[in-house]
Amino acid sequence: MKPFLDAMLLGAGYNAALVGLGAALLGFAAGTAGTFLFLRKRALVSDAVAHATLPGVGIAFILMVSFGGDGRNLFGLLAGSAVTAWIGLLLVESMARRTRLSEDAAIGAVLSVFFGIGVVLLTVIQTMSSGRQAGLESFLLGSTAGMLFQDAVVIAIGGTLAVLATWLLRRPMTLVAFDAEYAAASGYDVRRIDLAMMGLVLAVTVIGLKIVGLILIVAMLIIPPVTARFWTEKSDRLIWYAGALGGFSGYVGAAISASAPALPTGPIIVLVAAALFGLSLFLAPKRGVTAAIIRHRRFQRRVHRRQGLLALSRGEPIHDDLTLKVLTTEGYIRPDGVATEAGRAQAAKIARDEHRWEAARRVHQDTSLTGRYDGLTPIEQVFTRDEIAAFDRIIGGPTPVPEQSGGIA
Amino acid sequence: MTSSAQVELASEKGRSVRQDPVAAEAALAVRGLTVSYGEKPAVFSVDATFPAKAMTAIVGPNGAGKSTLLKAALGVIPRLSGEVTVFGQPIGTARDRIAYVPQRASVDWDFPTTVIDVVQMGLYRRVGLLGRLTGALRARANDCLDRVGMADFADRQIGQLSGGQQQRVFLARALAQDAELYLLDEPFAGVDAATERAIIDVLRSLRAEGKAVISVHHDLATVVDYFDNVFLINVRKIAEGPVATTFTGPNLNATYGGRLAATHIDQLQLAGGA
Repeated sequence: MKPFLDAMLLGAGYNAALVGLGAALLGFAAGTAGTFLFLRKRALVSDAVAHATLPGVGIAFILMVSFGGDGRNLFGLLAGSAVTAWIGLLLVESMARRTRLSEDAAIGAVLSVFFGIGVVLLTVIQTMSSGRQAGLESFLLGSTAGMLFQDAVVIAIGGTLAVLATWLLRRPMTLVAFDAEYAAASGYDVRRIDLAMMGLVLAVTVIGLKIVGLILIVAMLIIPPVTARFWTEKSDRLIWYAGALGGFSGYVGAAISASAPALPTGPIIVLVAAALFGLSLFLAPKRGVTAAIIRHRRFQRRVHRRQGLLALSRGEPIHDDLTLKVLTTEGYIRPDGVATEAGRAQAAKIARDEHRWEAARRVHQDTSLTGRYDGLTPIEQVFTRDEIAAFDRIIGGPTPVPEQSGGIA
Repeated sequence: MTSSAQVELASEKGRSVRQDPVAAEAALAVRGLTVSYGEKPAVFSVDATFPAKAMTAIVGPNGAGKSTLLKAALGVIPRLSGEVTVFGQPIGTARDRIAYVPQRASVDWDFPTTVIDVVQMGLYRRVGLLGRLTGALRARANDCLDRVGMADFADRQIGQLSGGQQQRVFLARALAQDAELYLLDEPFAGVDAATERAIIDVLRSLRAEGKAVISVHHDLATVVDYFDNVFLINVRKIAEGPVATTFTGPNLNATYGGRLAATHIDQLQLAGGA
């Protein structure tokens, strides 16, 4: 625990602190840019883009070494990866647009072909005699060992620019994600906005290669917005929630991986993000699984309560176990099944409301009011007191529920 | 240099006026519009002139290219050929004068946004990338929502709306644009009676303000009641003009082929029939 706390408080050494801050910034940038990927339902395009970075890494390395430079200059490697990733992106886009192939087929083709080329290049590089080639394969899963200050600067500048661009383009990107037809009719160039969005994603992917690696970066782009979606119904908040979740995952993940010698950074960050997703899935107040189960249970009880009370009012026997249970626990019937005083009163009211609704439908032909009749909404919530009084004049006085109502058949 | 450019500009202006005197009057004019998926045209060589300050229905059977005509005119889907002008201007320079109401089913209603957010989308073009939604603009969005009777729903998540309410929100978004030409794609499809009334009231008030309304319409029974002009299409143009002279039995037969039973046509409140 001590090493983890040290890392959390930036006390685990210079390198660990650098990695922690870099990962937090990367996570924030990935969460915000990924929000639009998620909203536009194009998560997998980013996977193709990420895999298309690998040939660029290899080519950049070979070029830099053959010109006598340092083959592992991070800026050079990232620039190379950005070039092939952009080519991959344009290929996916034009295949989906110009041929009869669907986008998922284009993604599959580009992803595997570019990744294949990249692996071949890495193998070629292994056999080269010069240039300290060891460590290039760390771009697959990310590695933070030996991260330099200038590496952190590259990530910081790139991440900040990506977040700024996301903020600047948030309105057109939201519009295109929600209603591309309307955006096009209003004069927006939907294709260019989509390319800009993917360009942002590409930028985040490239700067994330060092820490998270190309295989898992898609998780950093998608998991935070999906998690944030559980907590908000507004897209402008979604962007910042996703950024915060991504930044938190990056920071905590980096701290955990710094606390033990052999823990890989990228996968740990992704696991932290996934844990937050799992928590949200179960605990979120409206969209969460637990909330949905509770809501369903409550609804079911309401249906059974109404059904049971209607049966009481008609003096019919109740057979359903759940109905009996609901009525008993709420004190409407005694354990032997006979209606209590409260039960008879409530049954009379339910039956009366049922008649009132019938009258309401005759009086108010306007469906916007009577359309709200679901048998469960209390009539007082839909109509005013004088309106209900008018219905009562139509249906006449109340009818009492007989004493010996109910009973288990 | 300057003078020659001016001459060129003047001659171009002169030419366009001489060539097409109708176009200046027309809210939307389409010449030779063809849209094709593969080699089967969905809309073939259509000329259309939609007058200003009037309500026009685009009517035709399913798959006749009604929505396609509208979308291609707006550039939402690519056209194979054809020219489009809006109040005599090329459509590219007249975007601010157009508001479009797409079909309800074209978007994902689980999108994380609220009713008022959607209406404010109609202001994005005016606000630009860096601009702020000022208090006046926000008030404008609220007014538009009020105009379609949805003021109480401003903060609802859009997924909680009924179909008719969704349609009203789309109309409010178009109103926020403050355009001169409103194009609607089946605004009455699958909405409740109260919404249909609310929408037609808004459209009529737009016409009263001197604006043009063009709507893809599927309900033959209400054409005479709702619209001034009708454009009949079945891949090709069948007829266009005032409802009184165009919405006739023979024209409908030509539009729908045998698909419209003779008895059904008789029951319709046709122009000139009464």
